[in-house]
Amino acid sequence: MNPLAKFLFELQEISLLIWRSVVALFSRPRYAAETVRQMDLIGVGSLPIVLLTGFFTGGVLVLQTFPTLEYYSIQNEAGRSVATSLIRELGPVLSALMVSGRIGSAISAELGSMVVSQQIDAMRALGTDPVRKLVLPRLTALIVMLPLLTVAADIFGLIGGGVVASTLYNQDTNIFVNSVRNGISTADLVGGMIKPLFFGLIIGSVSCHKGLSTTGGTAGVGRSVTNAVVIASIWVIIFDFFLSKALQVMLDMGRI
Amino acid sequence: MLSSDVPEYNSQIEEDLVQTDLEDPVDSPDRIQPAIEFRDVHLSFDDNKILDGVSFLVRRGETKVILGRSGGGKSTTIRLILGLLKPDSGQILIDGEDITAYTEEEMARVRQKIGMVFQEGALFDSLSVYENVAYRLHEMRIDEDEVEREVRRMLQFVDLEDAIDMMPDELSGGMRRRVGIARALVGDPAIVLFDEPTAGLDPPTARTICELAIKLRDLQDVSSIFVTHEMNNVRYLSSEYATVSEEGQVIFEKEGEKLCLINTEVVMFRDGAIIFSGSDEKLRSSPDTYIQTFINGK
Repeated sequence: MNPLAKFLFELQEISLLIWRSVVALFSRPRYAAETVRQMDLIGVGSLPIVLLTGFFTGGVLVLQTFPTLEYYSIQNEAGRSVATSLIRELGPVLSALMVSGRIGSAISAELGSMVVSQQIDAMRALGTDPVRKLVLPRLTALIVMLPLLTVAADIFGLIGGGVVASTLYNQDTNIFVNSVRNGISTADLVGGMIKPLFFGLIIGSVSCHKGLSTTGGTAGVGRSVTNAVVIASIWVIIFDFFLSKALQVMLDMGRI
Repeated sequence: MLSSDVPEYNSQIEEDLVQTDLEDPVDSPDRIQPAIEFRDVHLSFDDNKILDGVSFLVRRGETKVILGRSGGGKSTTIRLILGLLKPDSGQILIDGEDITAYTEEEMARVRQKIGMVFQEGALFDSLSVYENVAYRLHEMRIDEDEVEREVRRMLQFVDLEDAIDMMPDELSGGMRRRVGIARALVGDPAIVLFDEPTAGLDPPTARTICELAIKLRDLQDVSSIFVTHEMNNVRYLSSEYATVSEEGQVIFEKEGEKLCLINTEVVMFRDGAIIFSGSDEKLRSSPDTYIQTFINGK
């Protein structure tokens, strides 16, 4: 199969998986307990790494931009600069990449192992639809939890930026906070929440598809995990560009 | 036999079996209807032929032992019965119902009456033995007291009641298969499919698994397909039967003195086609060199 045909085939399979999940969402049986368990694993479990990432990203943004802003005598706008970068772009993308590494790999490894040990076949033989039981709870959990994780990353990023501005550059905290408040618009906040919804869908669908299509025993599980993380991460970055452009037009974002 | 003769041979087998069934009903008119029936089933993956015009049937209460080398289409046959795969052509009937074109939702209903025992047990790693065996009942939202009663009954049947709280990774290979059997038997399915359940097991444990299959066949009137490549399994299944002694114990006796087993037949696959169907005695006396090589291992 040539690369283009393979890409189209994969896209078709992922689209079908999403469609089957949507159909399962509106019919019984539903696995609410499993969805809550996945939310806990994905959301609460990923919180420490997302908070750390957010905090240090906010910190390094101030660390790198403050001297330049100072050169132009606009160092009081450091908070605006950090808030805009974090909320529009870095918060959603970095959270998605961290979750893709941690959760995307876990999902594809778990489902891949279940495929090679015939547990998926056993599940179907026992009358359970694996999409309904395994895919839908993971997709739902990712779509719900990733925006919340992004908000947490944004807040900790701003805190990190504020700490660096006040401790390393002796900027008054009130100046930083005021700059942040002036820099954030409603469109930024809405856009920053819409992006992770799509990123959650991308990470969940790619990871579940890669896990469920595992072949070749335990070596195949390893390949599925690598592919899931790499493909989901690349798609997050590519999709982010087009999503940013669409949000700029729809929400009139991108203006100072 | 030439490979070009195989489809004709398969149709001949089908005609013979249907003829026999019509002329020799066992108890009631219902029993004439086969539990499982394959009609000229073909399946290929890319250019690789997996099944080539396979036709056979399994009567009610009968065990069909499917023999053959690895990659001969044995496990694929079982996956087709469960609807985990779809054939390229031909028909598959379960209790007279043509399931060939059934959707996943329609198959979920058919699967209720089929139990499946996988090669390595295929137990859910994250669930305990109790939860594994209770899986189907939990899915059906059955009351927990009833679930526990049924799980204990099934674990008693496979003699593993003590393992009820263990996790799958604490079980030996034989115990995993027996838990797999208990899980397959929940809900008293009329059909049970065994996919190489004794592969990799020591002879006494393999014998235990065969005894469970014999008990199902003789004491619970279950129709089954037993996929294997081990001749010991064929010997146990086709020469012994289970009965209940005067003391109420299940005992296994050899055929010959009191009765002759007619509820077990052997089907042999080669390269996706059936090359033999009949009793184990006929199999052993077959002049076919492939069959003799398979039986004798040389």
